[in-house]
Amino acid sequence: MANRVAIVGVGQTHHKSKRLDVNGVELINEAVLRAIEETGVSLRDIDAIVIGNMDHFESINYVDTWSVDGSGAYMKPILKVTTGGSTGTSIAMAGYYHVASGLFDTVLVIGWEKNSESDTTGAIITCSDPVWDRFSYAGAIPSLAAEATAYMKAYGITERDAARVAVRDHTHALNNPFAHLHKNITIDDVLNSPMLSYPIKLLDVCPRSDGACAVIFAAEHKAKKITDSPAWIHAVSTRHNFGWFGDLEYARIPSLELASKEVYKKAGIREPLKELDVIELYQPYSFAGLKWIEAIGLCGPGEAPKLVWDGVTDMDGELPINPSGGVLATNCIGATGLIRVGEAALQVMGKADNRQVSDVKRALATGFGGCFWSDVVLLGKDMPK
Amino acid sequence: MEGLEKQKEHELLTVISEVEVPYYWSIGRYAGEFLIELRDHKRLVGVRCPKCRKVYTPPRKVCGPCFTEMDEMVEIGHTGTLVAYSVVNYKFIDPNTGKNRPIPYIYGYIKLDGADNTFSHIIDYSDVEKLEVGARVKAVFEEKRVGLPWDIKYFKVVD
Amino acid sequence: MDRVAIVGVGQTKHEKRKRGETFDTMVYEVTYKALEDAGITIREIDNVVTVSNDFWDGRTISSMAIQDACGSYNKNISTVEGDGTFGILYGALRILSENFGTTLVVSHMKGSESHMNLITNAMFDPIYERNLGLDAITSSALQARAYMDKYGITEEQCAKVSVKNHKNAKNNPYAHLAMDLTVDEVMKSRMLAEPIKLLDCSPISDGAAAVILASEKKAAMITDKPVWIKGIAHCADAYHLGDRDLAECAALAETSKKAYEMASINDPVREIDVAEVYDAFSYQELMWYELLGFCGRGEGGRLIDERVTERNGLLPVNPSGGCLSAHPVMVAGMVRVIEAALQVRGDAVARQIPGAKTALAHGINGPCGQSHCIMILECN
Repeated sequence: MANRVAIVGVGQTHHKSKRLDVNGVELINEAVLRAIEETGVSLRDIDAIVIGNMDHFESINYVDTWSVDGSGAYMKPILKVTTGGSTGTSIAMAGYYHVASGLFDTVLVIGWEKNSESDTTGAIITCSDPVWDRFSYAGAIPSLAAEATAYMKAYGITERDAARVAVRDHTHALNNPFAHLHKNITIDDVLNSPMLSYPIKLLDVCPRSDGACAVIFAAEHKAKKITDSPAWIHAVSTRHNFGWFGDLEYARIPSLELASKEVYKKAGIREPLKELDVIELYQPYSFAGLKWIEAIGLCGPGEAPKLVWDGVTDMDGELPINPSGGVLATNCIGATGLIRVGEAALQVMGKADNRQVSDVKRALATGFGGCFWSDVVLLGKDMPK
Repeated sequence: MEGLEKQKEHELLTVISEVEVPYYWSIGRYAGEFLIELRDHKRLVGVRCPKCRKVYTPPRKVCGPCFTEMDEMVEIGHTGTLVAYSVVNYKFIDPNTGKNRPIPYIYGYIKLDGADNTFSHIIDYSDVEKLEVGARVKAVFEEKRVGLPWDIKYFKVVD
Repeated sequence: MDRVAIVGVGQTKHEKRKRGETFDTMVYEVTYKALEDAGITIREIDNVVTVSNDFWDGRTISSMAIQDACGSYNKNISTVEGDGTFGILYGALRILSENFGTTLVVSHMKGSESHMNLITNAMFDPIYERNLGLDAITSSALQARAYMDKYGITEEQCAKVSVKNHKNAKNNPYAHLAMDLTVDEVMKSRMLAEPIKLLDCSPISDGAAAVILASEKKAAMITDKPVWIKGIAHCADAYHLGDRDLAECAALAETSKKAYEMASINDPVREIDVAEVYDAFSYQELMWYELLGFCGRGEGGRLIDERVTERNGLLPVNPSGGCLSAHPVMVAGMVRVIEAALQVRGDAVARQIPGAKTALAHGINGPCGQSHCIMILECN
């Protein structure tokens, strides 16, 4: 019999650009200990562990077996799930499926990355096809920048519109002690920052962070004993339709449209703008904060700037996006998607401290990576049927 | 704790490792045909799906949306339309060579005439002022070609 | 546990170098074969789990290379990085969650395209262990020596495993290295890392495999020979070689105990008809006999001396030829599951063990068998 599943606790490190004081296993352990302490369970109570990161960053093969000292996986079942940038949400889903299956009651999910130990761009370049794409592909930034140019042309979006998104997220991050970047910036600051890859400027894009996040998933009967305010998993979905960058559509992001539609259908959501209370959007650069909210159905194509300029997605707006500061404030890649899910859970649980949105019943978290891989996770205060 | 406090005063050590790992990827029949046509005949080809009739370049065995094996090679044009692009302006190490790739350069997705997907490649930097989504571009070939995608030197904007 | 069945399988011929194939052509081949075996189309697949390793492929997000070929278009998908058995486990969990009725699990490997020692050196700790030049072979040699010394296992007994498995491979059209060997030939083969000689060591192969899983309800619609997963478990041991007593493997003992409990198996030797175990090296098969409870500790050598695990013995092990005969890393555990499934279905042709109804399949991840996954399969 399948279980209903909830997130019962979240732990994360204080993300920084360089954690020279710990090795990878110790970084993982920090997040794990925080999650366990926060949740009030012990390692004994954990039935299985799921871990994820992007191998070529830290250059460690078989990270699941390498990290047992830090993850607590010694003499426990452990699985590694890796899907690139979307790893964090993919592992969250794996945690959900482990518990939902009925075979494991309490599962610890760990996402981590020590980007300071990597040549991030070099490693990301190796995700491209070695024959066709690698000689021209320069990593995530130019490929996302290309998406931005197509989107700008199709709908008349401007760099200024995108800058408004960047200002929003950086402002939100000021409330988040775990965020890597705490920058008080203006739109002009963004527009005047160095151009990395047209139209993406330094303040339009995420940093490289060292950090880890651990989230504990529990079956219904356990969840209710562990916490009074579990964050229930209502629906999850993934779409990753292509393997070559040239096969993608650039003015829109169909994979995110399809994944969010599936989640809304499963959860009975017809008007996401009205029915969602907060969104932790995996948004690695500012333009995505416009294009991708159209994809998740908050408004029609090309209409996102109005929503953002009207303040709808600010902390005091109708549907706050990225109260944590999002990916623009912290990007420890293997953890980033999991942080989205963890932050969404904290919102539902009412444990988001200074970044808490009031009255959260439903929270959406998304993940992105690969060849525009899209993950969507819906959490809720009420137990799903 | 006394021990840990002492630790905080110590220097933070790092281990540096630079490993060269060679790979010998097989190119395969489909991609191989494209490269051979390019090398020997300065021709660009795509493969057509028997179900949806879409033409893909570079060619591959399976049409993903139809999950169908493809076989029909078709010639496609040297010209196309620029669908998306960016101007890469930051230093990075090319994992293929271990050295910095020369910047700035223009990276773009081109819908070649006759193909239904886009082809990623480099645009000649001297055309940087002419860049816009929707611009028409044309392939410029190397004189001496070896059977690799950079036998196309770059694409140039045509007026 | 609710029931999940294997309803379709497919594998490539495993070879030294599939020069004309790429990752995606191999994945398409086995996906197509598995669909044909199940008698369904890609439309009946509800979700996909791919299995690959970024280091072996030389590509971050190695799953990107095979998106089209595994039929994942507009479907839910994820990627396990670890042996194929772990991928199957995750595919089964996704069905048991009641979100999907069928899962396609597909793995690929082209070990020929890089250097095993560089790739497996990278699984060791970068601070203390990598500079020692450890790789899969040298580290396993340490384990072999520890195990053999502690329990008095001889090199000749290990050689017998190689002789048995390479001979069994002659019945397996998918195997990479089928051959008739003598113990003497194994003993005289080139020493790689004492005590592991060339013929004690699995090859590195290119290959791919796919398995289609279904819920009980869907399985009934798809096939009249569903292979039920009666027990499934996984567990990891400590990491640093020095943290372990390499002659022991508590993680495997724990994994098999759990799997047997789920499958209500009390006497493995009598209740299991055939076993496909992960024999990356000849000594490993003997060691796994013991930890799987086929015999007591230190009796692995005796078991092979008494021919218990030969084709016509009480508990045949690796009638497919095992990893010693074909070792596409990441894929090999899935191949063990496929071979075990074919056995209990009665479809193993020349390598069929007559009357096999209950089978054990075993996969490994990490150095010196650190992490294990076991499945008990049954077909009525």
